[in-house]
Amino acid sequence: MQEHQHNIKLPDGSIERQTTTLNLGPTHPATHGVFQNILEMDGERIVSAESTVGYIHRAFEKLAERRPLYQITPLTDRLNYCSSPINNMGWHMTCEKLLGVQTPKRVDYLRVIIMELARVADHVICNSVIGVDTGALSVFLYVMQYRELIYEIYEEICGSRLTTNIGRIGGFERNFNATTWEKLERFLKEFPKALKEFENLLMRNRIFMDRTIGAGPISAERALNYGFTGPNLRASGVDYDVRIHTPYSSYQDFNFNIPVGTTGDVYDRWLVRNQEMWESLEIIKQAYQKIQEFKGEEAEVYHANVPEYYLPKKEDVYTKMEALIWHFKIIMGETAIPAGEVYHSVEGGNGELGFYMISDGGRSPYRLHFRRPCFIYYQAYAELVKGAMLADAVAVMSSLNLIAGEMDA
Amino acid sequence: MQALTQKSKPVSREPMSLMEKIYLPAVLKGMSITFSHMFKKKPTVRYPEETRPFSPVFRGLHVLNRDEEGRENCTACGLCAVACPAEAITMEAAERKEGEEHLYREEKYAARYEINMLRCIFCGLCEEACPKDAIYLSETFAPASFARKELVYAKNDLLIPNPKTEPEAFAKAKGLKPIK
Ligand code: SF4
Ligand code: SF4
Repeated sequence: MQEHQHNIKLPDGSIERQTTTLNLGPTHPATHGVFQNILEMDGERIVSAESTVGYIHRAFEKLAERRPLYQITPLTDRLNYCSSPINNMGWHMTCEKLLGVQTPKRVDYLRVIIMELARVADHVICNSVIGVDTGALSVFLYVMQYRELIYEIYEEICGSRLTTNIGRIGGFERNFNATTWEKLERFLKEFPKALKEFENLLMRNRIFMDRTIGAGPISAERALNYGFTGPNLRASGVDYDVRIHTPYSSYQDFNFNIPVGTTGDVYDRWLVRNQEMWESLEIIKQAYQKIQEFKGEEAEVYHANVPEYYLPKKEDVYTKMEALIWHFKIIMGETAIPAGEVYHSVEGGNGELGFYMISDGGRSPYRLHFRRPCFIYYQAYAELVKGAMLADAVAVMSSLNLIAGEMDA
Repeated sequence: MQALTQKSKPVSREPMSLMEKIYLPAVLKGMSITFSHMFKKKPTVRYPEETRPFSPVFRGLHVLNRDEEGRENCTACGLCAVACPAEAITMEAAERKEGEEHLYREEKYAARYEINMLRCIFCGLCEEACPKDAIYLSETFAPASFARKELVYAKNDLLIPNPKTEPEAFAKAKGLKPIK
């Protein structure tokens, strides 16, 4: 750029080389969250970018040191809020690992259903927002009603839509009711059509392809060096998926593929997410079938039998002394928690979400660390957008599926 | 990169065909999809004239419950405050005096009970923690307000209407069908 300008004969007294500093964020509508990037712009091209973190840092890791285990679940809701059930389940599984709780198969499958629904909700937002950022608004609106349906399914189980606080240590707070199954069936029936239409509108659309192919690519090696996981790593061609490499919640019982890309550009990331939604649908169908096969008492199980950590039934609490005592002990966080160190990770909506907990046997963790994939992707952002056009920078950001809440914890 | 598993499935990145490059047919096809959507059933709800049905376990605004005789259920055990991850609940306990049996179900009751709606995250853990069926989350949302003070709800704001004197309001707050 510089040499190019040196060739031009500028009038005397003019400034030879001029770049503009542009603040993209922290409250820019195109960044979908509180991200700040200080861009050095040469015309429409980005010369360098400097990313800032911490605009919605809420000290979750510190807060968690003062909370009993069950009170940390609402904190995890607010990490990647597009797929909070995955965070919740990941956290419960971490606790179960520490406490040595074995969950029944039916609970695992129910969890798989919820987690895969959350993955679909997450990807549907991310992919349609890439559409919005490249100028296609209607696709976003068409798929939104199915995200609503997913949220309604959550609502039937836990009572809330976005910040779900769903599930408990050992299982679920309540069994899935008839409405939940009905809505799930409706989802399985109607969503594939909507997803197909969504695909038709974007996948082979020339404008979309022109905008996204070659934008913000990252090689497999660079991606691995940064510590990428999830769809963003898979788009670069590495078939790493926590669900297959270290199966949790009985994922080994399911049959599904890992979609991988080749170049790791925006288009690849979009394609990988899109294909993952189809895979998720397959998993949900398989899980639904497996759940139908449970008979008798097993078909009603929705939590593990762990009276030390799972709250007794309300009727028992009102009437029986024993239950009331357990109830008090659990709520006050006075049940025994072993000392130890655990790491558990789940395939979150946008990558490997890990929980690293050290417990000294006290009522709350001694130290808890969330491995937040967004934080890692964001480190690579400056490299990805260097030399790109400003409009591409926005598309790259949404294609990485950066969620400010998760990045800053 | 060598494959780590046998399950990988490359996504298709075919180059654009001529038809796709011309783009005009695609525009028309896209338009036809958009037009077809104009005649579909509207998925939106015209809030606030209409509301969508909530699930029976929806976590909205708190209600302090009374029993059938109109006595307050809460015994000021403090479990809800302990369970609250947002530290939104404050209370002061008092002992029931003689002649107050028609007001409070238990011998101890909450003389002051406040929930700071600005802190509350509607997680529902207080409802789960209550051993007396005294607090639960209803279907209403917290209304907006211009003053912070107004969003610290005192006991009188939270208490459910008395089923003896206002049975209809009680039923409505409880989410039951109106009693005739
Ligand atoms: S509302 Fe329930 S948990 Fe809270 S103090 Fe009253 S009785 Fe105890
Ligand atoms: S809903 Fe959660 S945050 Fe709100 S008062 Fe109850 S426990 Fe506290």
